[in-house]
Amino acid sequence: MATLPRTRPRNRRLVSRNTVAGWSFILPNFVGFAVLTLLPVVVLFYVAFTNWNVFGVAEWTGTANFRRMWSDASFWTALRNTVYYTVFHIPLTLGASLGLALLLNRKLRGVRFFRTVAFFPYITSIVAIAIVWNQLFSPEYGPINALLGAVGVDNAPGWTTSSTWSMPAVIIVGTWRYMGYYMLLFLAGLQTIPAQLYEAAETDGASPWQRFVHVTLPGLRHTTFFVTVLLTIESFKVFDLILVMTGGGPGQSTLVLSQYIYQKGFEENQFGYASAVSIVLFAICFSITVIQFMVNKRRNS
Amino acid sequence: MTATDLSLPTPAVAAPGNRNAPRRSVQSRGWRLVGYAALVLAAAGLLLPFYWMVVASLKTNSDVFTIPITWLPDRVVWRNYLDIWQRSDMTTWLGNTLLLSVVVSLLQVVTGSFAAYGFARVRFPGRNALFLAYVGTIAVPWQSYMIPQFILMSKLQLSNTLWSIVALQAFGAFGVFLMKQFYETIPEELSESARVDGLSEFGIYRRIMLPLSRPALASLALLTFVTTWNDYLGPLIYLRSPELRTIQLGLNTFISQYNAEYALIMTGSVLSVLPVAVIFLLGQRYFIEGIATTGLKG
Repeated sequence: MATLPRTRPRNRRLVSRNTVAGWSFILPNFVGFAVLTLLPVVVLFYVAFTNWNVFGVAEWTGTANFRRMWSDASFWTALRNTVYYTVFHIPLTLGASLGLALLLNRKLRGVRFFRTVAFFPYITSIVAIAIVWNQLFSPEYGPINALLGAVGVDNAPGWTTSSTWSMPAVIIVGTWRYMGYYMLLFLAGLQTIPAQLYEAAETDGASPWQRFVHVTLPGLRHTTFFVTVLLTIESFKVFDLILVMTGGGPGQSTLVLSQYIYQKGFEENQFGYASAVSIVLFAICFSITVIQFMVNKRRNS
Repeated sequence: MTATDLSLPTPAVAAPGNRNAPRRSVQSRGWRLVGYAALVLAAAGLLLPFYWMVVASLKTNSDVFTIPITWLPDRVVWRNYLDIWQRSDMTTWLGNTLLLSVVVSLLQVVTGSFAAYGFARVRFPGRNALFLAYVGTIAVPWQSYMIPQFILMSKLQLSNTLWSIVALQAFGAFGVFLMKQFYETIPEELSESARVDGLSEFGIYRRIMLPLSRPALASLALLTFVTTWNDYLGPLIYLRSPELRTIQLGLNTFISQYNAEYALIMTGSVLSVLPVAVIFLLGQRYFIEGIATTGLKG
């Protein structure tokens, strides 16, 4: 700091004055944040070891919830479906958003208009999106199957009415909704790559593909890392889109972890068991973030 | 990556010799065409659902699904936009949502920017650990602590009141993070010289930081408004009484009641999207800047 105090008592006074000032700035937000976010996260680890129900009667049951989870087929279905969604949603969205960003980074006409268009799905509510796509996916009369029929696909998929195709339908909509958002992050990343690098590569005779691999991709490493972390968390917590589009069905074909937590907690009032499932979701997202940070750190050094 | 082909013609032509020049320009025109084709295709894919939404909302119900598909309705049915107000509680839903979005945005902007100043400009012990707690929660999905949060909210007698949604949305880490990022771009000397002139920390925040951070405040307000407007899960869990329903919740109950009224459902969807679309188009710059500076979402 520029006004570094010269004597110790003044220093101590400054520290305590700053502490009071700092806390008074942070406090209004922190009260809400602590009560509604930090506290619930801590309480979660208590409730998960109890049989808390709607009456608020809770007994400590140790690991009973987790042992029950181990042999709960629906839980494993939900976990498998969540992984299914994640494994496809992440690469598809990464590819689509990076592709769009590269396209928009070129000096083409209409780029500004397109940027607006690409961002539009992201600011539209999940409910409206799910409703429209359900009409588009309508197996017999919907425009998607009509288009597929026009290009010669004979037995078009049943989409949300078929347990094989409902998850792909959800993945398509998820990718469609989020690619504009991540495109924006990639665009910001592309702007940080110095133009001289491209010039140098070009004078060395590098083809567009080589320039992409050796200049663009390394230059985007931080952005890609950040986007992947966000995408992973976003994929594992996928919920409202599925809830409105398929309700987890047909059968349990699109049941995901978040929805299973919701079912057990708010529909069946088993708060204890739902919290145990929540811990699994929590642990997955948390450890993936940590692992990705560690990998990135090692790659950088 | 052919951006450089277009923007830097001189060095590209000079370096490999003139022989390559004509070939290059043909190639780059080809790439341009491919680029435009890709752009048009992607735009069509992105816009198709919105086109369908608007067109279907202007059709009679029996015309929504036809073979072949009618991409342009023979006659436009504006009636749907009158009927929806009688067939649903649209007015209540929109009113509730507007109230919530405005209150939440105000609270988020005030408390978020206030806290961000504390994190960005006041040095005190424990500050960094505290900020880490804020940032750390971004890696924790809300879905994983919605159960204990509901228990707490019920204990505070907040569930099934609009206050629950205010509490849920107004104190997120997002606003603090966005504003802190912005404050850190403002030169420290500015507040330093004000401090020398005897301005208190609060004075610096009010007289210097707030006026300078207007664009960031606008970003935060608009993003919060849209997030609150679009929120479905919060209202789903907390708002049980019909008169408290927000537009998202109302729209979804409407669908389950009238699941064969395809045209009317689309009318409702258009009405639910319209306010957000208008706000987005007017304040687009702020949305994009807000997203680009934080790379985060609520």
